[in-house]
Amino acid sequence: MSVQTKQLEERVHPMEKLLRMDRIPHIWCPTCGLGTTITALAAAIDQMKLDYDNIAVVSGIGCTGRVAGYMKVDSFHTTHGRSIPFAVGLSIAKPKTKVIVFSGDGDLISIGGNHFIHTARRNMDITVICVNNFIYAMTGGQVAPTTPLTAKSATSPYGCYEHPFNLPLLAASSGASYVARWTALHIRRLTTALKEAISKKGFSFVEVIAPCSTLYARLNKLGSGLDLMKFYHDNSEIKHGADLKDVDIEFQSKITVGKFVDIEKPTYLECLNANNKRVFGDKYQPYGG
Amino acid sequence: MKFWRTPLDVDKLKIPRGELHIIKERCKGCGFCVEYCPKGVLQLAAEFNSKGYHPPEAVKPEECVNCDLCEMLCPDFAIYCVRVEEGEKEVTQ
Ligand code: SF4
Ligand code: SF4
Repeated sequence: MSVQTKQLEERVHPMEKLLRMDRIPHIWCPTCGLGTTITALAAAIDQMKLDYDNIAVVSGIGCTGRVAGYMKVDSFHTTHGRSIPFAVGLSIAKPKTKVIVFSGDGDLISIGGNHFIHTARRNMDITVICVNNFIYAMTGGQVAPTTPLTAKSATSPYGCYEHPFNLPLLAASSGASYVARWTALHIRRLTTALKEAISKKGFSFVEVIAPCSTLYARLNKLGSGLDLMKFYHDNSEIKHGADLKDVDIEFQSKITVGKFVDIEKPTYLECLNANNKRVFGDKYQPYGG
Repeated sequence: MKFWRTPLDVDKLKIPRGELHIIKERCKGCGFCVEYCPKGVLQLAAEFNSKGYHPPEAVKPEECVNCDLCEMLCPDFAIYCVRVEEGEKEVTQ
């Protein structure tokens, strides 16, 4: 055995400690951005030196929904759109656990849209990472509530004519404590944002724009995921604290990224405890898990 | 090394060196590492791996500064970089 192969065998990829290696290679297409976003999450968890026993990753259905199956921490793959309700139950039962929802735009914002706004309103202490690739990818490229106007999808062959959601505005106006948006290319800033979001007390939301090469890029003739990464490179504009009314995403035009909201406010459990304390006085034992 | 502006403590600066590890069989040939390596260390190899993709190869391994960008951008956990002290550098593929 040469020195070189020996060295390779002795060393393992630094992310392997956080991945279920029996499931790797993952199913994502070549040049899909999802693998890059999972690296950012693994790097964030690693750099924060969190106890792996106190982290839970919850995903719904879809390409991004596979993340729960690849992370080697407590994880759960829920039914379509129900990742947030599961995460909320988990977070109430085990308030000391860092509960991270990692799912796609179709799952979180369309089918799970109502859960999303009400969990943000209650300022539940969870982190929601929404990978936005502008389309329902796994089910075959149907139009999503995030598909930009005029973009083609399997169910909008002449272009989408529905107004898409502006996700940071939706999250912030629903009551989130932390809101940021980055692309899969802004890998270091994304890792920092994930670290901030995970340590934030209350509802934190990070939107990650990522390339879907097989459906979104192909149906819109945008090339490969690498071409979309180059597009993000040339068209992203970093504007921390931007007015969220201006961060809409139009088809193949500038993408405003940055940290938009970072505020302190009482979480759901803190409000519950404070209210019961107010009503029942010393008879009430505050709930802390 | 070319600087935009020469740092005042340039004589004390040590440029980090990295040792690249490429796990060829995991690669799906996306080219993210090749495109975004700030030092132009990588290129897609002419050879195929068993899945039929062209994995990256280091053409200028001595230029690597262990910035880890290739490792962070790789969607398939197929490349990583380890910091080495001067003199120990090598590239495994
Ligand atoms: S269909 Fe799109 S989102 Fe799903 S794995 Fe392929 S490129 Fe990624
Ligand atoms: S660590 Fe940085 S300099 Fe070295 S090969 Fe990777 S991207 Fe290039």
